[in-house]
Amino acid sequence: MMTLRAAIRFGFSALALAALAVSLPALAADKIDPVADAKAFKKFFYEKFPKLKPEDFVNGPYSMDEGLHKQWVEKEEFPPYEFAVDLGKEMFTKPFKNGKTYEDCFPNKGIGIRQNYPLFDEKQGKVVTLELALNQCREANGEAPYNYVRDEMAALTAYMAFTSRGKPMDIKIPDDPRALEAYQMGKEYFYTRRGQLNFACSTCHVQSPGERVRTEVLAPALGIMNAMPIYRSEWNSMGTTSRRFVTCNSQTRGVPLTPQDDEYRNVEYYLSYVANGLPISGPGARP
Amino acid sequence: MSMHRIVLTALFLLAGTAVALAASEADYKAAYAAADAANKEAGALRNQWTTTASMLAASKKAADAGDFDKAVDAAREAEELAKASIYQAKSEKELWKDMEIR
Amino acid sequence: MASTIRVRATSKDDITEVQALIQHPMDSGFVKDSKGEIIPPHFIQKLTFELDGKTVFAADWGGGISKDPYIKFSFKGGKKGDELKVSWSDNKGASDQTTAKIG
Repeated sequence: MMTLRAAIRFGFSALALAALAVSLPALAADKIDPVADAKAFKKFFYEKFPKLKPEDFVNGPYSMDEGLHKQWVEKEEFPPYEFAVDLGKEMFTKPFKNGKTYEDCFPNKGIGIRQNYPLFDEKQGKVVTLELALNQCREANGEAPYNYVRDEMAALTAYMAFTSRGKPMDIKIPDDPRALEAYQMGKEYFYTRRGQLNFACSTCHVQSPGERVRTEVLAPALGIMNAMPIYRSEWNSMGTTSRRFVTCNSQTRGVPLTPQDDEYRNVEYYLSYVANGLPISGPGARP
Repeated sequence: MSMHRIVLTALFLLAGTAVALAASEADYKAAYAAADAANKEAGALRNQWTTTASMLAASKKAADAGDFDKAVDAAREAEELAKASIYQAKSEKELWKDMEIR
Repeated sequence: MASTIRVRATSKDDITEVQALIQHPMDSGFVKDSKGEIIPPHFIQKLTFELDGKTVFAADWGGGISKDPYIKFSFKGGKKGDELKVSWSDNKGASDQTTAKIG
């Protein structure tokens, strides 16, 4: 039994090696080119869904067919995330113990800036997501950070997204090798299979958007970040980007990383960058 | 019946008894340690599986209940799973590129 | 605290269509929290929509209704500018009400 398995493994590695040998010349010529990546990424989805307009992608599964679109129109009349937006607004302007507010931590008092996140912070040398920036703001003002997957964080990001609706995603990769590396790591994470079910993010969101996993219609990867945070009927509550990543991992039987670990921030950076130009639609609602 | 066959049969019988012997606590500890080490290696590669963790927990639970046969079985299964996750993480270091939209 | 009730009512050809969203935990009393303890029942029991003191819609609810319930219905009558009164009360004695102009 063991020898058989070993043999299979050996066979696989031999194959992998062969594939590696073949792709080596191409690899050497490979340089990280985010502009070309984003172009190819959009082209792939536009060709896969020729009927959709670019801005339709930010509504995920609700753009996938007529019936779902009708549901979305109805849902938007009375969106389930409204309470979160109101709570977020209240929290956003309420002073911390030291008298300052979230407004003091962000450019333009935090209004209409969601589309610039995540950004690469050259001082910190890493990708800073909106969720991380909010907790850094709290800590700088002597407050305990919020749990990344809970309602408070979702309410704050919901409000910030709401004030930025319709603005095109505008992620910048500064001329800094560390930023380019973070982008590349995010891309690698997105396409890397993991978990016992051997799924990459792209297995669902590139290969099968519009298809069903049980009753769920899978969202296309293009514009998936533009709708964050989301109210999911499945969760009966709001969910942050962190919550989405953690859940995705455990659904493939992988042990999730800690929210806002390098990998998660980098993959958010990658996914947001390739959706540059598509409007912010968050907070979103999903089945 | 040739001598050969008799020896062979004897060997099989022996093997049979060896397997039938109940696993000891020491067997469990060794099997668990091996599985745990493999799972830690997967952790260093940032690719643990939830099923490995469940099997490790099942192994510990069985051992606590004194069922070392079951505990060793579960630990071995956990080790196999952990090794598969290590294999996955290592092979994906290159294979992910095949999935990329270009 | 802002109102727990959002309501929108529109009138067209003698028919008024009403939509409402209510913020409420709607705990059934059968669900356990992360510590394994029962979350006590807490749900809306009575929901009423009134026009000119006359009930146009009433619901007797229980633990089977989802959290933050949404409701949509229409009734004959009502015109633009009329005030629709919405109120609920729950099993713990809490209640809330609001009025909305039909648009």
